[in-house]
Amino acid sequence: MGAIQNDMSLSGQPPVALNALQKIGTALGITGLTVLLLAAFNINLPENPIWFWIAFFAMITGVLVFTYGQYKGTEAGIKNDGVMFKAMTSRGFVAWVLGIALTVFYIILYWFPNLLGVVEGGKNTGVVSLFDPLSEKLTGGPSSQWFVYGVLYTLAILLFGIKFIWKYRHNRYEIIRTCSVMFFQLCFAFMIPNIMGALSMPSYDLKNIWPLNYDLFSGRLEEFTNFGSIGTIMLIFGLLSIFVITPILTYKYGKRWYCSWVCGCGGLAETAGDPYRHLSDKRMVAWKIERWVVHSVVVFVTVMTVAMVYSFIKNKESESIGPWNNFEKNIVFVSERDGTPLAERGKKAAEAGASRFIYVDREGNGDNISFENMGSIGIPFHIISYNENAQVIKQIEEGVQGTLLLAGAPRQEIVVEAETGGKVYDDVWLDKGLFIWLVVTLLTLVFGWAMIFRREQLAKDAKLAAISYFTILISLLLYNHLNNTGTLFLFPGYQLHKVYGFLIGAVFSGVIGVGFYPIFGSRVWCRFGCPMAAILGFQQRLFSRFRITTNGGQCISCGNCSTYCEMGIDVRAYAQKGENIVRSSCVGCGICSAVCPRGVLKLENGPLKNRINSNEILLGNDIDLMNYVNK
Amino acid sequence: MDHIVIIGNGIAGVTAARHIRKLSDKKITIISGESEHFWSRTALMYIYMGHLKYEHTKPYEDWFWKKNRIDLVQDWVKSIDFSEKKCILESGEAIEYSQLIIATGSTTKFHGWRGQESKAVVGMVSLQDLEQIEKYAQNNDVCKNAVLVGGGLIGVELAEMLHTRKIPVTFLVREKGFWAGTLPQQSADLISREIASHGINLLHEEELAEIFSDESGKVSSVKTKSGKILPCDFLGICSGVKPNIDWLKNTPLDCDEGILVDRFLKTNQENVYAIGDCAQQREAVRERKSVEAVWYTGRMMGETVAQTICNNPTEWNPGIWFNSAKFFNIEYQTYGRVWNKPKEENSHYHWECETGKRAMDIEFSTSNRKVVGINTFGIRMKHNVWDHWLNSEKTIDFTIENLEKACFDPEFNKTPLQKIKLHFSKS
Ligand SMILES: Cc1cc2nc3c(=O)[nH]c(=O)nc-3n(C[C@H](O)[C@H](O)[C@H](O)COP(=O)(O)OP(=O)(O)OC[C@H]3O[C@@H](n4cnc5c(N)ncnc54)[C@H](O)[C@@H]3O)c2cc1C
Ligand code: SF4
Ligand code: SF4
Repeated sequence: MGAIQNDMSLSGQPPVALNALQKIGTALGITGLTVLLLAAFNINLPENPIWFWIAFFAMITGVLVFTYGQYKGTEAGIKNDGVMFKAMTSRGFVAWVLGIALTVFYIILYWFPNLLGVVEGGKNTGVVSLFDPLSEKLTGGPSSQWFVYGVLYTLAILLFGIKFIWKYRHNRYEIIRTCSVMFFQLCFAFMIPNIMGALSMPSYDLKNIWPLNYDLFSGRLEEFTNFGSIGTIMLIFGLLSIFVITPILTYKYGKRWYCSWVCGCGGLAETAGDPYRHLSDKRMVAWKIERWVVHSVVVFVTVMTVAMVYSFIKNKESESIGPWNNFEKNIVFVSERDGTPLAERGKKAAEAGASRFIYVDREGNGDNISFENMGSIGIPFHIISYNENAQVIKQIEEGVQGTLLLAGAPRQEIVVEAETGGKVYDDVWLDKGLFIWLVVTLLTLVFGWAMIFRREQLAKDAKLAAISYFTILISLLLYNHLNNTGTLFLFPGYQLHKVYGFLIGAVFSGVIGVGFYPIFGSRVWCRFGCPMAAILGFQQRLFSRFRITTNGGQCISCGNCSTYCEMGIDVRAYAQKGENIVRSSCVGCGICSAVCPRGVLKLENGPLKNRINSNEILLGNDIDLMNYVNK
Repeated sequence: MDHIVIIGNGIAGVTAARHIRKLSDKKITIISGESEHFWSRTALMYIYMGHLKYEHTKPYEDWFWKKNRIDLVQDWVKSIDFSEKKCILESGEAIEYSQLIIATGSTTKFHGWRGQESKAVVGMVSLQDLEQIEKYAQNNDVCKNAVLVGGGLIGVELAEMLHTRKIPVTFLVREKGFWAGTLPQQSADLISREIASHGINLLHEEELAEIFSDESGKVSSVKTKSGKILPCDFLGICSGVKPNIDWLKNTPLDCDEGILVDRFLKTNQENVYAIGDCAQQREAVRERKSVEAVWYTGRMMGETVAQTICNNPTEWNPGIWFNSAKFFNIEYQTYGRVWNKPKEENSHYHWECETGKRAMDIEFSTSNRKVVGINTFGIRMKHNVWDHWLNSEKTIDFTIENLEKACFDPEFNKTPLQKIKLHFSKS
C-alpha cells in the first residue's frame, strides 16, 4: 500500500489552503499573541492598559473571524474534509511548531514564572503586569502567572467552544454539552475562585474534585481548617463530592457528566483540542499501557494523600510548618512532642516570620517538660498548659489582646497585644489510628465489592493488578502503622506530595497533556494520567447505566468512529460485532455517534441488565444460525 | 489437516475465516491481490476526502492474523485447477486446498461504450481505482470538469468526494429522480434536491452515449443519449458493479452473472464455495436479488459458510432486509422492503419535513395494513425493533403509534415524531 499512502499525504492539493477570512483571523490572533510575546520579552510597552485590551480583542476577533471563515456558507453536517491532509492536523511542520511552543509555555509557567514577569513581593513586569488591570478589577490584587494562565485558558475554552458549536451545529447533544463546559469553566473555575480570593476566602473551584485536585486533603487542609465554618463546609463538600455525589451521578449518566460536561481539562480538550482528537493511539498496546499507567496514578495519588493526611494528623500538623507559611509576627502554638525535634520546627516557624513559639501541654500543667536546643531557634520559646490558657489562645487567634500564663513555678505572664494573632497547630480531633482503620476499611470494601460482585467483568490482568496493588498497600499501611515507623509508605508524605506535584500535577497534566495536543491528540492526560477519570471509569465500567448502544447489524466497519474517538477506543471493534460499548475510558463526548455515517451508535442511559452484550452474529441473519453461534 | 483456502480478503472472505477459526483448528489461508490486509471498501470515499487514512480503514490490527493463525498471501489467483484442487497464483506458485471459498467481490461494470478504454475513465471499487481517481481528479486544476454516470450509491459518494475538492461535477442519472429505481419518487426527488443543493449539476433522464478522448488518449468530453456534449477531464463510471469472475470463465465452474451456488453456498465443484458479491443464488431466496452486492450479505454469507465447513451444514437464509447509506448530509436507513412503486397489494405512506432534510416512507399492505418495509431519511431507527416488528407483522398504525420505541437518534435531538404522528392521523 506504500504507493497510495504517499500519494495521499503528499498530494496536498485537497482542501488544505486557508481562505481569505481564515487568513485574516489567523493574522489577528497572531497579533494578539505577539503583543503578549513582546511583553514577555520585557520589551517595554508604554505603561498603558491599552496594550492588554489590544491583545485581548485581537485574540478574540482572531478566533471568531477564523471560525466564520471556516464554516460560513457550509451546511450543517460532519466537517472532517482534509483533516488527514492538513499539516496542522496531521502532525505536519506547523503542528510540531505549535506543540513545541505550547510545551515551552508550560515549562516556563511551572518552573520559571519570573520569565513571565512575576516579581515576588514587588511590582510585576512583563506579560503578568499586562494582566494587572484585569486582575485588579476581578480580585482586587495584582496578577500572577496563574491568573494569566486562568484568563487564557478560559478564553480558549470559550472561543474554541463557539467554534466547536458551530462545527457541530446539527447535533444538539454537542451543543448543550459544550455550553455546559463553557459555563463551568467561566463560573466555577474562573470567576468564583477569583471572587472568593478577593474576599480572602480559600479560593476553591468547587467542581475540582479529589483526586484531580490532589491538594484538597493534603496541602490545603490547613487552609480550610483555619478558615472556620466556611472552610469546614467546603471541606465537607469536598468529601461529599468524591464519596457521594460523584458515584451517584456516574451511576446515572456515566463519567461523561464530569469528563465532557464539567471538567476544565476535558473542556479544553473538547474545544481547543477538538481538531486533534483523531491523533489518539488506537492500538491494543496503547490500551494496555493506558490501563497500567492510569491505575498506577490512582494508587500513587491515594498513597500520597493518605500519607499526607496521616503525617498531618500524626504529628498533629506542626511538622508541616515551612517557608510556605506566612506568619507575619503571629504566635505559633504547637502540641506534638513526637516527630522532628521541636527546635527544628521552631526554627522553621521563625523563618516563616513567627514572633514566638509556644509549646502547649494538652494533658498536664506544663511543668517538668523540657526540650533541647530551644535557645537556637531565634525567637522566644515558652511552655504553657492548655487548661490554664484555653480561652486566651482563642483570643490571640482572633487577634484580640490576651495574657498567657507560662508553666513553671512561679507562674510568669506574657501580655500579647491586640493584632498579633496566633496559629494553633496539633489540635485536630481525628486520631491517627482511627484514620488508618477508616482508610483500610474503605479500600477493602471497594476491592471486595469489585472482586465479589463484578469478577466476571474484570479482565485477568486487571484482577491481577488489583490484587497485587491492594495487598501491597494494605500490608504497608498496617505494618508501618502498627510498628510506628512514622512513614506509612517508605517515604514521608510531603516528599510523596512533592514528587506527585512535579510528575503528575505539572509534567503530565500540563506539559504532556496540553503541550502535545498536536502530536498525540487532545486527551493524553485524561486517558493515561488522570486519576479522577480512572476512578470514574471504574464506576462507569462496573456500576453505571451508561453505555453506547450499537444498532443491530448496520455497521460497515468504515472506521470513522474509532478514528475520531479522542480516548483511543476502538469503537468499531464493538460496533461491527453488534456489541455495546462499555469502556471505562469513554468520556461520552458523542463524536463517534456523530461521525458514524450509518447511524450505528447511540449514547444512552438504561437499565443495567444486558448492558454488556456480546452477540457475535448480527441481526439480519437467520434466527437459527444466530442461536447456533451464540450457544 | 484440512486446508481451507479463501480467495479474496473482503468482508465475506474474512468473516468466513474468522468464524472457521472460532469453530475449528483447520489451517486457513487467504489469498488476495488488492491489498495485504483486510480493509473496509465502504470507507473508500473517506480516504479521498481526508477523513481517514488507509490505515484507519483496517478493521483489525496487523498482528490479528498471525495471532489467529490465518495465513495471508498477497497475490492474484490466475486460475484454479479444480481436479487437482490447486490455486495457481500469478507468481507461479500453486496452493493446494481441501476446501475452497471464492469471495472475489465485484468490479465496475462497463457497458461497452465507445471510447471506454480512454484514460481517466474510472470506476470506484478498488484501491487501484482510488489511485486513478487521485491521479486524474487530484484538484480542480488537473480536473476542470468531471462527469459521473449512474445515479446509485457509489455515484453519490463520488460526487461528494469530488465536491470536497471543489471540482465541478455533472451527474448523469437515468431515472427521473436520484436512485428512483429503488426509492419512491418523492424521496428520490428529496435526494435529488439535496445533491443539487451542493452545486452538483444533476441531469435527470440522461445516459452516457459515447466517450471522446484527446490525442494523449485521455477523456476530453462525453456525449449523452440526448446529444449533449459535456467536456470533462474525468469520467466516473458508477452505473453498477458485476461479480469479479471474468478470470473464471471457461472453467468447469458453473457461472452465470456470478458464480452459481445452492442454498448451502456450494458451487457445482466438489468442496468449492462462493460467497459475497461474486456469488449468485441458483434460485433467489424469497424476494431477494440473486446477486446482492452489499456489505451485510457478504458478512452473513461468511458466517453461514463457516458453519457448513465446520460440520454444521447451514442454509443461506437471510432474515429481514436492511441497508443504509448517506447522501451528502442525509442519512438513509431501510428495513424490510419499500419498492419504488408499491407492489400490487400494497400502498405507500410518505412524510416529509418542511426543511427537506428528513422524510419517511412506509410500504404496507392495503388490505390488512401490515407493514412491509420502511425508509427513513435523516432519522435513525433501531434495527432490532424494526426487525421484530416486521417479523411479527405489525400494522402501520401500530408502528407509527410506537415510533418512539424505534427511534435511534442521538440524545436531545429534536426528532419529528410528533409531526409524523399528526400527519399520519390526518392522512
Ligand atoms: C465505494 C463503495 C462503497 C460501498 N458502500 C457500501 C455501503 O455503504 N453499504 C453496503 O452494504 N455495501 C457497500 N458497498 C458494497 C460492499 O463494499 C461490498 O458488497 C463488499 O465489499 C463485498 O465484499 P466481498 O468480500 O464480497 O468482496 P470484496 O470486498 O470486493 O473483496 C474481494 C477481494 O478479492 C480480491 N480478488 C478478486 N479477484 C481475485 C483474484 N483472482 N485473486 C486474488 N484476489 C482476488 C479483490 O482484490 C478483493 O480484495 C460499497 C462498495 C463500494 C465499492
Ligand atoms: S459504527 Fe459507524 S463509524 Fe463506526 S465503523 Fe461502524 S459504520 Fe463506521
Ligand atoms: S467512545 Fe465515543 S463517546 Fe466515548 S470517548 Fe470515544 S468518541 Fe467519545
